[in-house]
Amino acid sequence: MFDIERWQEIFDAMLKNKLRTFLTGLSVASGIFILVILLGFGQGMQNGIAKEFEGDASNRVGVWTQVTTEEYMGLNPGRTIQLKNSNYEFINSKFADQLEYRSSNFMVWNLSVDYGKESANYSVHGVSPEFQNIENQFISQGRYLNYGDGEAVSKVVIISNKIKRELLKGVEDPIGSFVKISGINFQVVGVYGDKGGDREEDRLFIPLSTAQRVFNGSDNLNMLFYTLKPSDNFDEALAQSVKFTEEIKGYLKEAHTVAPTDPSAINTFNTLEGVKRFQNLTGGIKFFFWFVGICTIVAGVVGVSNIMLIIVKERTREIGVRKALGAKPWNIIGMVLHEAIFVTTVAGFAGLIFSMGLLEFVGPHIKVDYILNPSINFTVAISTVFLLILAGAVAGFFPAWRAASIKPIEALRDE
Amino acid sequence: MGSNSLHVLKGINFSVEEGELVAIMGSSGSGKSTLLNILGMLDVLDEGSYTLDGVPIKNLNETKAAQYRNKFLGFVFQSFNLINYKSAMENVALPLYYQKVGRKERQEKALKYLEQVGLREWADHLPSELSGGQKQRVAIARAMAAEPKVLLADEPTGALDSTTSYEVMDLIQKINDAGNTILIVTHEPDIADMCKRIVHLKDGVIVEDKKITQVRASQYV
Repeated sequence: MFDIERWQEIFDAMLKNKLRTFLTGLSVASGIFILVILLGFGQGMQNGIAKEFEGDASNRVGVWTQVTTEEYMGLNPGRTIQLKNSNYEFINSKFADQLEYRSSNFMVWNLSVDYGKESANYSVHGVSPEFQNIENQFISQGRYLNYGDGEAVSKVVIISNKIKRELLKGVEDPIGSFVKISGINFQVVGVYGDKGGDREEDRLFIPLSTAQRVFNGSDNLNMLFYTLKPSDNFDEALAQSVKFTEEIKGYLKEAHTVAPTDPSAINTFNTLEGVKRFQNLTGGIKFFFWFVGICTIVAGVVGVSNIMLIIVKERTREIGVRKALGAKPWNIIGMVLHEAIFVTTVAGFAGLIFSMGLLEFVGPHIKVDYILNPSINFTVAISTVFLLILAGAVAGFFPAWRAASIKPIEALRDE
Repeated sequence: MGSNSLHVLKGINFSVEEGELVAIMGSSGSGKSTLLNILGMLDVLDEGSYTLDGVPIKNLNETKAAQYRNKFLGFVFQSFNLINYKSAMENVALPLYYQKVGRKERQEKALKYLEQVGLREWADHLPSELSGGQKQRVAIARAMAAEPKVLLADEPTGALDSTTSYEVMDLIQKINDAGNTILIVTHEPDIADMCKRIVHLKDGVIVEDKKITQVRASQYV
């Protein structure tokens, strides 16, 4: 109910008790301010970590092999397990409906790569054209490998921006030029970059068939990479990828006569499990910031309650006078509550606007690792303001009610 | 209220006619303030009856009591009890606020009553900027502003020197002359002599109730 007379009465009281009004407002505004900034940075941290992880396709499964550690079917432990082209092809056909991208990998570490007089060592990977999607690589110049390269066993190579900088110094357009890998000429057809940064750019890519033939790989493979088709939600995707991982593990163990319980002969990694851990981590961070934020709000509520108690105590005599002059209990409660709610509302929104403004203008300029564009959900911020207003009202109500129910004669005696 | 009950008033039977100016006297502890508080509905009686302007005052809830106080009674306190952050005019206008009188009209009325107590030009001053006598006159103006049937004054001159006391009594006499009923609690005989009737209380009973010839305060001012 809008009662202009009471508004005037409240404004009078507030303007003439500026310090009291200011202090109440300050505790509310700072509570909201701290909460918004905290939650903003919590979000910023989440954004920052998400960015660090975003380099690779997120539902990637990789397979590699080591030596067996358990005796099985009369075979001694310590056998080296070697992945073969046939394993790769079998999995491709068996799981064709689940797979999005697939690539096998035959690699050679530390090959000397020459261009003119420059020489450096890099690892060389034979992959399929789909490897680009699996690793989230982008093309800066030229093209990526294609299936034609593989069929023709062409000596073509994709170099990285980093290798172009280091090895092909001063070459504007390296497409078409030749680099020597272990003394064999390869024609550069593309320059790639990796969102994961420089550490992912120490690799040269050539067609798998070329790699196996040139570097005596026969039909050997070092790793298999797959990405699965996206699912509707994360849990489903995770379940699917875990199941897929177990199935190919089972198949490979059987194909290579490895004990089903052998923990290390066939190894897999599953990025979704990493994502799950990452989500748990950011969830933990979020929980922590919320916890601190809620503690701040509780402190704010306690502060407001305290101030309201003091205000009512300080005004006991005035309340006695007002009652002697004909104020009804509800006039008194209304007066105290109205003031409390008005101050917390104004101060709450002031704190909200100030802190959100700060996040809005300063947030995008923050350049710190693991913090990116701190921001806050507006609905959350608004709800906390209303929560605080409600808390202020509740906090103000009890002392007001007590004050209103003291007999005027006792209130007047209060010194 | 309170766990230990104490009999303060032990059988008081008295009535006040309209237009009277009554002094209630007695040593401290005689029950004079308690009597005034009961009359003012600031305190409640345990036994007996109290009729104000034909209305029996009993079993009042706070809201009802507040209405009656606002309509029937004006209070003047020893310690003035002005609201310290409100100007003289705003203090006088306060009872009218609780009568739901509009702001403009409140201010006009308040100025009128301040004029009556001779403080029109002090209307915008805070209580802290006024002398004791001025404060009490503002308090009287405030008590009068609601146009009550009865004015109750608890030691109105208790905190004032004698010259100022006489000024305040002069004002009270003038208000009484205009037909208002006034009860004053005092322990000063000279103040009591300025009333028209003196009631002596001792240990909670009336020991003397007499009409006197009023001493006009104006001769001392």
